[in-house]
Amino acid sequence: MKNLRKIINGRAAVIGIPYLWLLALFFFPFLIVLKISFAEPIIAIPPYTSLLEWGDSFWPTIKASLDSYLFLLDDSLYINAYLSSLKIATISTLIALVIGYAIAYSIAKAPTRWRGILLMLVILPFWTSFLIRVYAWIGILKTEGLLNLLLISLGVIDKPLTIMNTDLAVYIGIVYSYLPFMILPLYANLEKMDFSLLEAAADLGCRPFKAFWTVTIPLSLPGILAGCFLVFIPAVGEFVIPDLLGGTQTLMIGKVLWMEFFSNRDWPVASAVAIILLAILVVPIMYYQKSQEKAIS
Amino acid sequence: MTRLTLFNKTSLILGFAFLYIPIIILIVFSFNESKLVTVWGGFSTKWYGELMSNQGIKDAAWVTLKVAFTSSTIATFLGTIAGLVMAKFGRFRGRTLFSGMIYAPMVMPEVIIGLSLLLMFVALSIDRGVMTVTLAHITFSMCYVAVVVQSRMSSYDDSINEAALDLGCTPFKTFILITLPIIMPAVISGWLLSFTLSLDDLVIASFTSGPGSTTLPMKIYSMVRLGVTPEINAVSTILVGLVALGVVAGSFIGKKQKIN
Repeated sequence: MKNLRKIINGRAAVIGIPYLWLLALFFFPFLIVLKISFAEPIIAIPPYTSLLEWGDSFWPTIKASLDSYLFLLDDSLYINAYLSSLKIATISTLIALVIGYAIAYSIAKAPTRWRGILLMLVILPFWTSFLIRVYAWIGILKTEGLLNLLLISLGVIDKPLTIMNTDLAVYIGIVYSYLPFMILPLYANLEKMDFSLLEAAADLGCRPFKAFWTVTIPLSLPGILAGCFLVFIPAVGEFVIPDLLGGTQTLMIGKVLWMEFFSNRDWPVASAVAIILLAILVVPIMYYQKSQEKAIS
Repeated sequence: MTRLTLFNKTSLILGFAFLYIPIIILIVFSFNESKLVTVWGGFSTKWYGELMSNQGIKDAAWVTLKVAFTSSTIATFLGTIAGLVMAKFGRFRGRTLFSGMIYAPMVMPEVIIGLSLLLMFVALSIDRGVMTVTLAHITFSMCYVAVVVQSRMSSYDDSINEAALDLGCTPFKTFILITLPIIMPAVISGWLLSFTLSLDDLVIASFTSGPGSTTLPMKIYSMVRLGVTPEINAVSTILVGLVALGVVAGSFIGKKQKIN
């Protein structure tokens, strides 16, 4: 009996250590963002009003203001930034899915002795700095960059294309940076697939394309969903890619939040931007969490 | 065994070309004599020499290494425990919130995580510096370690632990002597993953760092904003080389463990 109690106490301690850490440094900070989003900006350190005010009475009065949220609704810049982030993330995710599926499918079909090396070639860029991989595209895409030099010397175009500082560059950047995140879950799923099912379909007179569409795609749906979430969710709030590759007219909410915080120093508005972004992403994040837990156990 | 079709071969070649050509170009132009990144002026290692005399970059690299080493070590400790809890502890009160806090940081936009941590540090009037960046990095890295360890633990045979416990071994000793050596490859790859995540992070470090704690990605970012230079290519090449070495070493450890 004593032993059992010891084990149970030990169990609580083991759960408690990582739990308290995440509560203090992940969960608690969100409550503070929520709190500050209801404050008003002032010129002081820190630059926002406090929600509770102690006057003469024992109980503090609560001074919550919805100004930051009303401000976001009022200015079409913010709504457009949310919509354009969702659009850019959706299109990039779909492009990454098509490219990633072709690569993951081909790796899964490759001879076993090659698969390890091919997979490592996918993982290597996944571990390489995001910033460096985005930076690498600047030299390629800019007006006097390598892509234009190549196309002009091949005689494909006479005048350099303007790709750098446009939405197109942002699409290229997101697809390139997040492609490994798409390939890895797709491959994990396709690797387990029984390709003899396709032979069975072919034996029964099904054309390869139809077999792919009616057998392979439905079977790999969990991988497709996991890959899409892994690309879509962080891409919506992406900052580095639109900042370095996009132009002034490229609107993305991650960049707006950064500007609001670092340039305008309006902390309540930056907090409100973060809270609404979180509200948009909370459903996909929870769905992703559920599917991942199911996949692991 | 199915054979690779023309489509498979084409998509592999084009896919890997897309993934690697930008990195290869970046590396090649770090050895360019000319200051222009797009014009080849002959082979030279002068940009590496220039890098060595750039005190700002050296300071930033030192801060980054310190942060990466400390944060990945603590994150591996916390993440291993969290992975164990996720895989083997079944139901407990607050489990849904716990697994939410493990999975959410991996996909959540970095600007949100960075902003929330910064606002907390300000609200608690904690001075920003190397310490706060380290705390931030531990928090997101431990989630990756937890998932790596969790997926290893879910295929772990509990009967070995039960045998040790039946023979009078304490739970703690069982974990150290039996479980930990078996899941070691997952723990090591978790550490390596945390280390590179910390090495790479720009956004969260920008929010949580203070004066005197500029990390290498922050330094590179401020250089990139001023324009493309071969010096950035040189520092990038070194980072890419280090990561490649780490990944190859990591997979080697994994393979050796599997054979054993």
